[in-house]
Amino acid sequence: MSTTTEPAVVPYEQRVTGFDWSLAEHELGYRPGDPINIGWYCSDRICALGHGGKAALIWEDFEGRGREYTFDDLRVLSNTVARFLEKQGIRPGERVCLFMDRVPELYVAFLGILKLGAIAQPLFSAFGEESLWTRLVDAGTAAILTQRKHLPKVRRIRDRLPALRRAVVVDAAGAALREGEVPFDLDREPPAESFVVHPSQPETPSVLHYTSGTTGQPKGAQHVHYSLVSQYLTAKWVLDLRPGDIYWCNADPGWVTGTSYGIIGPWSNGATQVVLDAGFNAQRWYRFLERHRVTVWYSAPTAIRLLMREGTPLAQQFDLSSLRHLCSVGEPLNAEAVHWSRAAFGLPFHDTFWQTETGCIVITNFPGMPIKAGSMGRPFPGISAALLDPHTFEPFSETGRVGLIALRPGWPSMMRAYWNNPQGYAAKFKGGWYVCGDRATVDADGYFWFVGRDDDVINTGGHLVGPFEVESALLEHPAVAESAAVANPDAVNMEVVKAFVTLKPGFEPGADLELEIMNTVRRKLSPLAMPQEIEFVATLPRTRSGKIVRRVLRAKEFGEPVGDLSTLMED
Amino acid sequence: MEMDDLRRVVREYVVKEYVEEGVEIDITDTTPLISGGIVDSFSMVSLKRFLEKKYAIKIPDAQATPDAFDSVTRIADLVARIRSATASAS
Repeated sequence: MSTTTEPAVVPYEQRVTGFDWSLAEHELGYRPGDPINIGWYCSDRICALGHGGKAALIWEDFEGRGREYTFDDLRVLSNTVARFLEKQGIRPGERVCLFMDRVPELYVAFLGILKLGAIAQPLFSAFGEESLWTRLVDAGTAAILTQRKHLPKVRRIRDRLPALRRAVVVDAAGAALREGEVPFDLDREPPAESFVVHPSQPETPSVLHYTSGTTGQPKGAQHVHYSLVSQYLTAKWVLDLRPGDIYWCNADPGWVTGTSYGIIGPWSNGATQVVLDAGFNAQRWYRFLERHRVTVWYSAPTAIRLLMREGTPLAQQFDLSSLRHLCSVGEPLNAEAVHWSRAAFGLPFHDTFWQTETGCIVITNFPGMPIKAGSMGRPFPGISAALLDPHTFEPFSETGRVGLIALRPGWPSMMRAYWNNPQGYAAKFKGGWYVCGDRATVDADGYFWFVGRDDDVINTGGHLVGPFEVESALLEHPAVAESAAVANPDAVNMEVVKAFVTLKPGFEPGADLELEIMNTVRRKLSPLAMPQEIEFVATLPRTRSGKIVRRVLRAKEFGEPVGDLSTLMED
Repeated sequence: MEMDDLRRVVREYVVKEYVEEGVEIDITDTTPLISGGIVDSFSMVSLKRFLEKKYAIKIPDAQATPDAFDSVTRIADLVARIRSATASAS
């Protein structure tokens, strides 16, 4: 195992000693009892500190067209969005969905929704109509902000969304809108120099991010405005954001990384961030890093492995000397990727571990701490992390023994509920611990080492896909009688979805049918939920009570022992 | 002429499968598909599967890169190369 030390920032032990979250409150100028509104802290406060003229967002699309916004622009434009939504009848506490590509309107509107006191519900714009409907109907979403290119999906499900009163189209020029659809042009709307920001309290709901579990439909992890305290400090200490940094977070705000560290973390720190609204292309990415002189880069293992595939010489064709600190999130970062980044960039990627539910980084390779390539790192100060016995849920401290990663609740950005799902929320806690659903070991130095998921959820490219949602979509295909969706190991995405399918009488397996079923799931759910392989089988393994046993199928895909089969039905 | 046909088939499939109905996007032979966000890396798998089935070829994973799938022209060139190599090997 290779262990290296980087130039010290502030030693980890020093950060941990006597740590209290009030440190972040103090830095933010927040006093308990005061209102706390994330939208205000990410824009107005930075202006009040005298940095209104500083670049907040430098945006570029795939054709190289760019737009730039200062913190004062953010302040005024988010006011403008808040005022517009207020005029549309949106009230504090109502859910407002952001269903857009990574356009500037998305970032500004996120702050505007929060300033109004409404709850921001960002959703990945590649979601198909069923994924969109599931999440909108569960949240009782009152308004959706979208682009013309995504409006057809909204229209197809609109009559099944009784709570949805407004569809706001941010690029509607020339489009024929229907009843309940309204245009909003950020450049033409009269700017709102001032807006009375909603006096949110620490426990006022702020953001609703949907995440997948093994059973049932996706769950809405509900966060509160006080999450800012964690997101601010973790962005400052883990991402090591400093004045003068140019920061790039690859994540789409449809996922929690894209809001916690693509909006709240950097902007509450007053950092300049760059956004590239384009798909993956290694040369374009390097050119983007080079042109904007990016200093801090928060990426993901899937993207890093795609870059690795293109080779070190390509990276070395670009002047990437501005890079100072690299971090990664989404899935475990393999040791090879850490070694490769040292060769390609002269810097290692620092793995960070957290979840939609935790709201902020909880276990991490801290700057200045020796990196053990392949390790998750150590708990962030203020985070009490342990491994639990999978049967008794008792914490243990033996090194090398596999246990469930668990966190003692109480940090500021912990989710406060699953929307409409108190049972699902309660099920996440055992003996006073929040159980993450991941297995790991811990070593003698207190570093955590990821082992795998403890459930059937599929982690593909850093995104969780629930098997139930995929199986439900599969069953809507007329040829499918039964289905089971499991993880299949993948060199780039860590895991991809594989489906086992039995067919109804009259249907024959074949390449045509396989492609048709794949595309059906892609359109209904999303590209990442699409099975990348479908295996047609005569029967699926079941328990005596008839429940499909995914773990048997998954174990075969991973070449692992299938375990105790005594409860399975005999053929 | 054969390349024209190939590009037409790819273009029509991309429009049919990856462009939302009712959305006006002009897909030309050089429109960036992957980097332009029209086809993402996950959807590339179904596009690859379509090409393999349609042209009875096997596209090696190492050649199925985002760069090679970034436009209709590049995809058609890749398919043509593999078909040609397959024909000369048989």
